[in-house]
Amino acid sequence: MQEEEVPFAIRVRDLVVGFGKRAVIDQLSLDVRRGEILGLVGASGGGKSVLMRTIIGLIPRQSGEIEVMGAAIGGTGGRSTRNAAGRWGILFQQGALFSSLTARQNVQFPLRESLVLSDALMDEIANAKLEMVGLAPEDGDKFPSELSGGMTKRVALARALALDPAIVFLDEPTSGLDPIAAGDFDALIKTLQKTLGLTVFMVTHDLASLNTVCDRVAALADGKIVAIGQMRELLQSEHPWVRAYFHGKRSLMLQPKASQ
Amino acid sequence: MTTAPLLTATATDGLLELRPGGSWIAANVAELEQLSDAVAPQLDRSGNVRLDMADVRELDTLGAWLIEKMSRRVMSAGHRAEVVGVADYYAGLIEKVRQVNRASSPPAPARNRILGKVGDIGRATLGAREDVTVFLQLLGSLCVAMLGVLRRPRSLRLTSLVYQVYRVGWRAIPIVVLITFLIGAIIAQQGIFHFRKFGADSYVVDMVGILVLRELGVLIVAIMVAGRSGSAYTAELGSMKMREEIDALSTMGLDPVEVLILPRVIALICALPILSFIGSMAALYGGLLVAWFYGGMEPAIFIARLHDAVSVTHFEVGIIKAPFMALVIGIVACSEGLRVKGSAESLGRQTTTSVVKSIFLVIVLDGLFAIFFASIGM
Repeated sequence: MQEEEVPFAIRVRDLVVGFGKRAVIDQLSLDVRRGEILGLVGASGGGKSVLMRTIIGLIPRQSGEIEVMGAAIGGTGGRSTRNAAGRWGILFQQGALFSSLTARQNVQFPLRESLVLSDALMDEIANAKLEMVGLAPEDGDKFPSELSGGMTKRVALARALALDPAIVFLDEPTSGLDPIAAGDFDALIKTLQKTLGLTVFMVTHDLASLNTVCDRVAALADGKIVAIGQMRELLQSEHPWVRAYFHGKRSLMLQPKASQ
Repeated sequence: MTTAPLLTATATDGLLELRPGGSWIAANVAELEQLSDAVAPQLDRSGNVRLDMADVRELDTLGAWLIEKMSRRVMSAGHRAEVVGVADYYAGLIEKVRQVNRASSPPAPARNRILGKVGDIGRATLGAREDVTVFLQLLGSLCVAMLGVLRRPRSLRLTSLVYQVYRVGWRAIPIVVLITFLIGAIIAQQGIFHFRKFGADSYVVDMVGILVLRELGVLIVAIMVAGRSGSAYTAELGSMKMREEIDALSTMGLDPVEVLILPRVIALICALPILSFIGSMAALYGGLLVAWFYGGMEPAIFIARLHDAVSVTHFEVGIIKAPFMALVIGIVACSEGLRVKGSAESLGRQTTTSVVKSIFLVIVLDGLFAIFFASIGM
């Protein structure tokens, strides 16, 4: 929460990522401002997750630069990547909770690994995080296999927030949740973003969460960011793919707002 | 930037004023814990407390919680605690942390250690009974599936069966040959070394021949197959169970036992006798080479003595056991695979259990066969 520093949480310049000869991300540039919720949309298999995983250093890039909180990110497993790890939390699509640990131990894991603190305090912090994401303390004793889909996402979010990172990456946070749970989760992300001053980078297909929680939306097509801006600016975009995305049958619910 | 955290306490007529300063963030947790522990006695002694947050430069959940803990400590003693000077952008965080950890979790019930142990033994006994039930259940459904196949031979999954035979049989040959060759060579070497002391080194041929054909050939191969193919069966079926593939099969009206388990078990039953035979031959060959180079016995003499020493009965005794061992390995591996629950840990545990249990049962079965063959005079 250092307001006085760089205005961008993430800066990506001319990034190229590919598998074999096929470039999935092609000369992509993207800025994520501090304290905003950026939604990233794109076709399935179009490289959204690849972009996210490249930023967090899981996929090696071919060229380009990535800066997170003003520090350059190296390749996979590099020292700079590991140093940056304390600055971000990641919510994977399936939660990626450690199945041999209880929910509370999952949240404590990053604390235990990177800090020196008493067990009592660690329990209190883990309970606090679990409550902040809307779970009861009793849920902390459950194992991941005993949690429902929505609870898994909440525990995974609590774990991502364990070290109070400046940035959280969310990979399809509302996929597989019913509309009520998805709405709750959106509200939760918004609240936490406000209270903790988070920057949120969210890959999603959920038009409702794009519309309600995202400050800005970026559209990824053909390996590039073809449109970025507030929702209403994207709705007016002339790019054919963006038009198809936001003006398809499933996007009709967005239209009345757009006409206001 | 991150600065060292501070906490100054000044007491003025009944009001203790605490001024936390610097970075109250997770990275400084060691200092923060010390600081807040250090003022704890003062908090207990004092009356009302004012927490002035004006000097705090950075705050996160952990720091906010420590501050909240201090004010709760004061309030639980019946005094007032006020938090003042909170910067606007931290107000939400302080407010949020104020709501957490309100419900005190009930202490874990104390567990009598002796009773606990007795309980564990009881549960393990029940577990063993369940193991037997599961084994018999799968044996039964295999028989039913087999009857179905006999009635309608076309319902046998031939492609799958051939593929499994290729995997557990053909692909296992190199390692089986290597290991049994070495075992045969080692037995021959030990035999020659010790028998030579009383001039009986030519009897090493009898020992190698009978030991390998009756017992070791099939036992070693069965143990290796349990470790190599049994574990693979458990892991495959377990991960299919985890990803609901087996449920998908059932909903399509197919019997998982017939589609998945029967071809695997039949493949093992076909492959294990063949592997035992190949393994026995490799072991005898290893014995022959050692007897030749280490014991100075010509191969022709070795073969002639072997011809006298072993009869076809010894070979039969060994090879008859192989299909039964294969059945046991197959059933244990598949039933453990079906018992995998949702987590990756459970998959690992069932795979280990599968290997341990099938090796144990193979050895027990070998003992039972020994008693049986002895009593019928084979």
